[in-house]
Amino acid sequence: MTKNVLESLQVIFRDVLDSPELMLNPETAASDVPGWDSLAHLSLVDAVETEFQVKFALGELQKLRNVGDMIELISQKQS
Amino acid sequence: MTTPQLLDYPFTPRLISRKKRAIRRELLEGEYSIEKRIAILGGSTTSEIKDVLELFLLNSGIRPTFYESGYDRYYEELMFDDGGLAEFGPDIIYFHTTNKNLSRYPGLDDDQKAVDDLFESETQRFESMWNRAAEQFDCAVIQNNMEAPFERPLGNLDTVDVRGRSHFTRRINQYFSERAADLKHLHINDIEYLSASLGLNTWHDRRLWYTAKYAVSFEAIPHLAHNLAGIIGTLCGVAKKCLVLDLDNTLWGGVIGDDGLEGIQLGRETAEAEAFSDFQEYASQLRKRGVILAVCSKNEEENAKQGFSHPDSVLSLNDFSAFKANWNRKDENIEAIASEINIGVDSLVFIDDNYAERELVSSQLPAVAVPNVGSEISGFINVLDRGAFFETLSLSKEDVQRSEYYAANAQRKKIESRFSNYDEFLASLEMSAVIKPFEPVYLDRITQLTNKTNQFNLTTRRYTQSEIESMAGDSSFITLYGKLTDKFGDNGLVSLIIARVAGDALEVDTWLMSCRVLKRGMEMAMFDYLVAAAMDRGLKTIVGEYIRTAKNDMVSDHYGRLGFENTEPEKEGTSIWVYDLLADRADLNKAIAVER
Repeated sequence: MTKNVLESLQVIFRDVLDSPELMLNPETAASDVPGWDSLAHLSLVDAVETEFQVKFALGELQKLRNVGDMIELISQKQS
Repeated sequence: MTTPQLLDYPFTPRLISRKKRAIRRELLEGEYSIEKRIAILGGSTTSEIKDVLELFLLNSGIRPTFYESGYDRYYEELMFDDGGLAEFGPDIIYFHTTNKNLSRYPGLDDDQKAVDDLFESETQRFESMWNRAAEQFDCAVIQNNMEAPFERPLGNLDTVDVRGRSHFTRRINQYFSERAADLKHLHINDIEYLSASLGLNTWHDRRLWYTAKYAVSFEAIPHLAHNLAGIIGTLCGVAKKCLVLDLDNTLWGGVIGDDGLEGIQLGRETAEAEAFSDFQEYASQLRKRGVILAVCSKNEEENAKQGFSHPDSVLSLNDFSAFKANWNRKDENIEAIASEINIGVDSLVFIDDNYAERELVSSQLPAVAVPNVGSEISGFINVLDRGAFFETLSLSKEDVQRSEYYAANAQRKKIESRFSNYDEFLASLEMSAVIKPFEPVYLDRITQLTNKTNQFNLTTRRYTQSEIESMAGDSSFITLYGKLTDKFGDNGLVSLIIARVAGDALEVDTWLMSCRVLKRGMEMAMFDYLVAAAMDRGLKTIVGEYIRTAKNDMVSDHYGRLGFENTEPEKEGTSIWVYDLLADRADLNKAIAVER
């Protein structure tokens, strides 16, 4: 499950950041990825929500620190 | 599908935002002849709007440079410009304001006068911005009107009571519309309609407002940007002009060749018939406002034409300026239609229920807009209407009559073949022209022509109405407009020249002519007049300039044909030509009687 989510996230991140070689792991954070600024973050969250058909709450959005957090949140919402 | 095709209407908004960087990268590989400087002055976050707007503009051939105000600094940055905006020098200012930018809604303890005062102060703020933009930058202004409020504390009474929020935004929108009808430089981006069309709950995402101060949702931003790009495209002269229609299962239900006239679906008898009739009615409305109609159908011509004799057919054969019903490939027919009507293929929109035909045309002629209307007639109007293909800034008398001009052209072509030589044909048209300096009543039309004429246009300089006005009133300019009438009808104002006196030379800044009067000798008549006007002022030469674009090759030797000497051969697309006014000359125009 977690692995599938990570793979899907990687596809989304590559699209949004237009960076076809990008490799994600659960520890990846915004500061590790060129182009992942606050504006791109909004686009990423939006694309993730659209893809997984989930909605993050305002409080949850504020707590996202890295890709792992995102995977956990998605998995929670899908279960 | 290549990534830029994601922008074709109807699009999937989330796919555009997801792929926007790749789309941009691919689009930037193209070349752009139109560049525009656009200042986005926003009352909420505009970053994503700018990004997506850029994609739609590039896709319609316009390369934008942006200025983006600080968050919610739309008023301050315009009114108390620290020099940044002036240095940028906008061609267009876009005020992205929404109902979030009202300083407040009326309170329930306000009386009528308090509400009126609030209305006054809110609208005056915008009024002063529009004035400032005109005075300071002399540029076009695009102004959002307001979406309906996101909540109605008064429920349904909200629309009735003068203190109601919906009552208030509607009143403001009414005011915006009235002002835009008066102020030539002001254009409304109708988000009231757009948001209603999408639904307010889709239009505004409260979470995105709280987290990032976007007043418009990511789902809605592509719709907003697309609509905006339509307006900007029209300001740059890139709007579509002609609607090319398939027949069977597009303008009527069924196949006329198989089902016969009695068998096709039109009228009010069945649901399907009604939908086809409504689509014809919509096309007819477009024709009446100046969109040219053409037919491109795989059919025997005789059968195809018979369809329009159906008693419930809204459209008649006379409504079409070109009619191709045969068994040739549709892409070839469409090219033939464009050359027959004398417009570029990039001015065409093609509607066909058949997926394969749409694919063929869009792959062979990528410049033609081929919206995916699906195969179900009830969806056609929506796609064509929301696709914003035929945006227009104003509705001139010429627009309303344009289709007639083109229909009359088809008649002229028919008689052309009856004459042994072309001069004889021209004489038979009994043409007369009015050629005069610019007059105030024609400034609308003149401005419109400078902004949308692409083919017979020597320099393709675009002007705002106030620029035209100031040149018309400046004695160092010679301005001329030309109207042409013949026995088939009045062609209206079709040509203009703007020239500047510099020493003892007359420099031609702009010379253009509508393609509906090509090869009628109108340019000779204009030139004779220009020469006379220059000699009246004691000038010695006329200097012409040709600036090449993707569309104006037809006039690359225009000055040569008139007897100019090519003093500077074409270099980086520009060539210079000189005409000696001291040499003997005879008038070139023979076919047109000119009233001066």
